[in-house]
Amino acid sequence: MAASPGVLTRIGKTLREVKKKRWGYVFISPFYILFAVFSVYPILFSIYLSFTKWKGVGPKVFVGLENYSRLFKDPIFWQSIRNGFIIFFMYVPIMTLLALVLAVILNAKFIRFFRLFRTILFIPYITTMIAVGYIFRTMMDTNYGLFNVVLTSIGLPAVPWLENIWWARISISLLILWAWLGYNMVIMLAGLQTIPKDMVEAATIDGASPAQAFFRITIPLMRPIIIFSVILSTIGSFGLFNEVYALTTVGYMMGTPQYATITPLVYVYQQAFQNFNFSYASAVSYIYFAIIFVLAIIQFRYLGRED
Amino acid sequence: MAFMTESSAIKTKTIFKRIFIYLILILIGIFMLLPFFWILITSLKPIAEVFTKPIIIFSRNMGLFNFINAIDRGVFIRLWNTFLIAFLATALRLFFCSLAGYGFAKFRFPGRNILFSVLIASMIIPFTVTLIPLYAMMVSFRWIDTILPLIIPGAASAFGIFFMRQYIRSIPDELLDAARVDGCSEFRIYARIILPIITPGLISLGLIFFMQVWNDFLLPLVILKTPENQTLPVMIASLFGLPGETNMFTVQMAISVISITPLIIIFLIFQRRFTAGITFGAVKE
Repeated sequence: MAASPGVLTRIGKTLREVKKKRWGYVFISPFYILFAVFSVYPILFSIYLSFTKWKGVGPKVFVGLENYSRLFKDPIFWQSIRNGFIIFFMYVPIMTLLALVLAVILNAKFIRFFRLFRTILFIPYITTMIAVGYIFRTMMDTNYGLFNVVLTSIGLPAVPWLENIWWARISISLLILWAWLGYNMVIMLAGLQTIPKDMVEAATIDGASPAQAFFRITIPLMRPIIIFSVILSTIGSFGLFNEVYALTTVGYMMGTPQYATITPLVYVYQQAFQNFNFSYASAVSYIYFAIIFVLAIIQFRYLGRED
Repeated sequence: MAFMTESSAIKTKTIFKRIFIYLILILIGIFMLLPFFWILITSLKPIAEVFTKPIIIFSRNMGLFNFINAIDRGVFIRLWNTFLIAFLATALRLFFCSLAGYGFAKFRFPGRNILFSVLIASMIIPFTVTLIPLYAMMVSFRWIDTILPLIIPGAASAFGIFFMRQYIRSIPDELLDAARVDGCSEFRIYARIILPIITPGLISLGLIFFMQVWNDFLLPLVILKTPENQTLPVMIASLFGLPGETNMFTVQMAISVISITPLIIIFLIFQRRFTAGITFGAVKE
């Protein structure tokens, strides 16, 4: 008799475990159902689509590898990949360093108006990008734009912000910097607050200059967060769309001048929704996927090694 | 005070350093706020005073006429569309994310780790790949020009589930076990015990979702065809370079003010919750 309550609780416990397990599956199922229907199936369907000729409506004609062979000879496709990398290297190092330096400054004890500065830096992140894109476009106008008026008034030459290949890329990078600097700064600031203050203080007492303390202690300790923000920016620069749509689109010409600012996502959009080459756009998006996949694996490995 | 013991040379040096730092902060602050100021004054100006040399900043001719023009063009129905889509999408996402977060945090079941890895890996699938097939699917569902494609496919966000799992993990198991002994069903435990505890996290995550959907541009651009069904960002873009009406720029800026202001107000009210949400995923773990 003495053993039976123990057996009963054990049986009861097992039954409860099974019941609990069932609920675990039920609770996580919405994600996997939606993921299967709206991500996995479309991605598989898109492979099929990339081997056909399809204009968005009407029958799909099987054409084999035609879309892919066309793609390898398509200079604009290659240009869009180059642009993805160029724009990435234009803004990511500057933004990451600037965000980190600003975070260190705002983290210093003597700073007054800390909240105000943080708020002002962060507000661009929540702002409708398409609206800001158009105001940047006016401010960057070569003849009437505010930027050039200010530059010429202090004796500097006017800049062809949106009319020159390299300046257009710089302009896009500047817009991204404006929008994302505060976001990255807030993340780095939160990271800094997890670093024990006495570590940096001890280094300064031992005779390290603030710059040495920054490069030798702060940056290594912040490494995981820096990598996190760089990974986000990688996916971001291949997926740039709103910035290009607002800043460097003239009529049906996207990514002006001379496709200098066309990005992968913009090119997919253009092929599908302007030229109605849905099947070609699918093939193009697949190659992008392969590139991003390889980049992500490299970066995940890098991250994994750190942990 | 401290400066009494310092030599005056060091004191002046630190003062100059601090002035320099404040100067840089102020310059960056101006750069950040300038576009907002420019949007606001442009929205109040007649078009004739926008592209001028020298630049006109304030003038007598300023007024609310661009806003009246925007109202005539149906800005309020777009504002309502934008709000409705953002609200419904946020509510559904919060429900599915907290439910799945609870499932991952508090249940041990075979395959849990693999399923969780799939979830994390799904975050790197770029929108570039799903855009075309998703659009084709929406065409065959006859969902084009409805709000469903903007709410349903993204209703269970992987990031949100990850966020909620981290949040719910910290709830002690004893609390849930006590409720189970009292005969509570698992869904009742979710609704009555989990939800009240995670309310701050739901607010943080909800603000992020609401902002993302509110500002979303590409998907609404390809899905919403009828002008009356469009959202504010799509309306702003649709007025640019309109054939026959070249100078809609000031009206565009009036609509931009209408699109930006609600989010800034929400942000200023919930600033602490918002930044807590943004930094949660990046800094923890």
